Amino acid sequence: MSWLTSYQLRAKRQRLLVRSLLHRRELKPVVKRIGALQGDPILLFCCLRNEKVRLPYFLKYYRDLGVDHFLIVDNDSDDGSREYLADQPDVSLWSAHASYKKSRFGMDWITHLLRNYGHGRWCLTVDVDEFLIYPFCETRPLRALTDWLDASQIRTFSAMLLDMYPKGALNEQPYREGQDPFEIAQWFDSGNYAISRNWTYGNLWIQGGPRMRAFFRDAPKRAPALNKIPLVKWHRSYTYVSSTHMLLPRGLNLAFDAWGGEKASGCLLHAKFLDTFALKAEEEMARGEHYANSREYRAYQQALKDQPDLWCKWSEKYINWRQLEILGLMSKGNWA
Amino acid sequence: MTLGFVMLCHTALDRAAEVARYWASRDCPVVVHVDKRTSGSQVAQMQSDLADLDNVRFSTRHACEWGTWGIVAATQAAASLMLREFPQVRHVYLASGSCLPLRPVEEMRAYLDDRPRTDFIESVTTADVGWTMGGLDYERFTLRFPFSWRKHRWLFDNYVELQRKFRIRRAIPAGIVPHLGSQWWCLTRQTLSAILEGPDRADHDRYFRKVWIPDESYFQTLVRQVSTNVESRSLTLSKFDFQGKPHIFYDDHLQLLKRSDCFVARKIWPRAEKLYASFLSPTAGDEPRAEPNPGKIDRLFAKAVERRTTGRAGLYMQSRFPNGEWAQGRTAAPYSVFEGFADVFENFETWLSKVSGSRVHGHLFSPERVEFAGGVSVYNGAMSDSAALRDYNPRSFLTNLIWNTRGERQCFQFGPSDNQKIAGFIAADPNAQISVISGAFAVPLFQSNRNFSEIRAEAARLQRIESDLLAELRGPHVKAKVRIWTLAEFIESPMEPLQSIVDEISPRSLRRLAEVPRMVDLTGFGQFLQNLRNQGMQPVLMGDFPAGQDYPNAAGRRPRPYLVK
Repeated sequence: MSWLTSYQLRAKRQRLLVRSLLHRRELKPVVKRIGALQGDPILLFCCLRNEKVRLPYFLKYYRDLGVDHFLIVDNDSDDGSREYLADQPDVSLWSAHASYKKSRFGMDWITHLLRNYGHGRWCLTVDVDEFLIYPFCETRPLRALTDWLDASQIRTFSAMLLDMYPKGALNEQPYREGQDPFEIAQWFDSGNYAISRNWTYGNLWIQGGPRMRAFFRDAPKRAPALNKIPLVKWHRSYTYVSSTHMLLPRGLNLAFDAWGGEKASGCLLHAKFLDTFALKAEEEMARGEHYANSREYRAYQQALKDQPDLWCKWSEKYINWRQLEILGLMSKGNWA
Repeated sequence: MTLGFVMLCHTALDRAAEVARYWASRDCPVVVHVDKRTSGSQVAQMQSDLADLDNVRFSTRHACEWGTWGIVAATQAAASLMLREFPQVRHVYLASGSCLPLRPVEEMRAYLDDRPRTDFIESVTTADVGWTMGGLDYERFTLRFPFSWRKHRWLFDNYVELQRKFRIRRAIPAGIVPHLGSQWWCLTRQTLSAILEGPDRADHDRYFRKVWIPDESYFQTLVRQVSTNVESRSLTLSKFDFQGKPHIFYDDHLQLLKRSDCFVARKIWPRAEKLYASFLSPTAGDEPRAEPNPGKIDRLFAKAVERRTTGRAGLYMQSRFPNGEWAQGRTAAPYSVFEGFADVFENFETWLSKVSGSRVHGHLFSPERVEFAGGVSVYNGAMSDSAALRDYNPRSFLTNLIWNTRGERQCFQFGPSDNQKIAGFIAADPNAQISVISGAFAVPLFQSNRNFSEIRAEAARLQRIESDLLAELRGPHVKAKVRIWTLAEFIESPMEPLQSIVDEISPRSLRRLAEVPRMVDLTGFGQFLQNLRNQGMQPVLMGDFPAGQDYPNAAGRRPRPYLVK
């Protein structure tokens, strides 16, 4: 890397950190319980809007994994999400009425919270429809993973976004509050992911899965990125660059081995494709608050008109993490 | 006579206390050493936890930074205390705070009673160890290491380099033959006291103080001077990963640990509730013992190291993405590429799939769509037949296909009208078997019903592309198995090449080909080439077809002219 790129990336990181400082005033604390935390908690950061129906299962899932505290930014919900979250004993809640788009899709707010509360702690940054799977997650809590990462002096853990979908049209099986979304969205694509290296940031760029196959057949370049690094031992000088796809300083993005070995990695099961999706796509289109003029949602809306079935003959039915490991979507690395 | 435990602790003191209580209450004295860097309140808590046991002692605290003398000093202090305070102790077992007894103490005591003079300590000469990290084995004893490896890695590495360059060495004291081994040992009182109370102790300490990672060499070396009966192995089960860090045991290892033949295991994750509950329970010894199977543990951890260092060949994913120049394991399995065969033979794909028992695709890189076998629109792994998706990242497309179909050999057609971007990747892949009939692209043109000027232009274009491909396949970086025939050469004797290709694809069916595909009718092909020449194009890749003379036999088309009986 030339000194120029190095300088530019450094400048970019500082710019992002300043941005998050400027946007911190948009955050109004609703309830802060984080001050009472002792020891070395594992924190979860999330920014959401109108996700009441998903919240009960989301919180339960991550509590069971061993997340100690949730730090949530509520962007103008009007469906009772805020009231529900404010009542939870392990949630600290902020509300933000400002523009999602202008706050870098919530990342400015999250960056500020990470900087303030995440320093020196393991921080998991996810959306409400993303569910972390890591090696041995059935038998070992998240703390076992972070302890092992600490012992191995690894600072970041990558987890590729794995789009899950139901068999049949999306609106055939309605999602009920509190339900495991993967009872409905049981299927995934096992081997159609295109990977290339992003030399500027040093990360891998992964696209593919059902979204690319169904919605971006003719414009693959626009298909959404699936590479994510959601679990990081945070330092106040770090920042996410684009969603949780990559970080700065760029050494943090080296979550893969370039010499043939496999590092440990997980998956984020993505419960986007439920009956709630069509509604969401419409709402988000109307708000126009999403990435690149919401062109992703525009593509969905077009395709959703004729109730697509994402399922195909070669779809795999989700069983457990070992299945994902065997298929080569994630790896144990040298964690045994 | 009994057995005493020395425990070196630094974190999770509550767990260490549980284990100490387990041993102490079974009549085995315990001396605990706590790292000086651990906070005083934690130590006080541990001391009060164990206050009711009269055979537990706490020794003088030393700071135990990894790789430094502190650990040896701590061991010496604790071991001396043990020998002094508990005269009934015959064997001293060195354990850590994250160790867990796998077998009842009674069994261990009986085992040691049968071997009252044996010292269990892994002790290997530096020439024979294969496990040292960073290439430092003998040099641990001859160089100086004033800088911390953890905190000042750059200084550490460079100071080592400097000493190597200028050949600066420390002299090894007379009588010392460097040995290395696991830090965790079990020594007899005689041996241990001979080391700790020997007349040369001060000299030895002065020397080892500056040796790199002395806890793996101090006792291991000195035991050779004083012991008559060294059994060079550790009674502690401890596995190391590729960076030399110990593997950690969790609840899901319970069954595995039950089948270990070792007495003690390390390292245990402090929150592994089930392990601690199971192995420390008062009834732990009553259960019928599973047949020891330590090989299973070895395999598990050896596999983990292999996964981290070598990985699965041909897999490209979020945490494994080998560099482009990484030729080994570009793809997951062998596959075959055929150029020109489908033009020369009728129904070549059906025939090949039948005789070789492999999956035969059409032109996977065709510009219109991906021609998967059977013409399906989605294939293994939910791969799409969209040409745009494939061309977006042809490499991922091919490696995905080969990975998704592991266990079934893939064959596909390739040609100058296909997307050529993948050619370089295939050519450098040792898994690829590439067979080319050069110039065969002219056959469909010959059979087509197009205007001759169009045919001429198309032939020139395809010839240019194929020449580039052939140049690539004959280049210096080719790792694939490449066979090239000109069209003329091939139809002269097609049987032999076909036989050798099929033999290679399915080596087990060592049969002669009984059925061969039907070749297209080439009557008039020579004249066709001559016409191209007359129009100013120079067809060179087809080989030598004399104009005006029909080929291979002017007497008309024979259905299978080359069947070998």
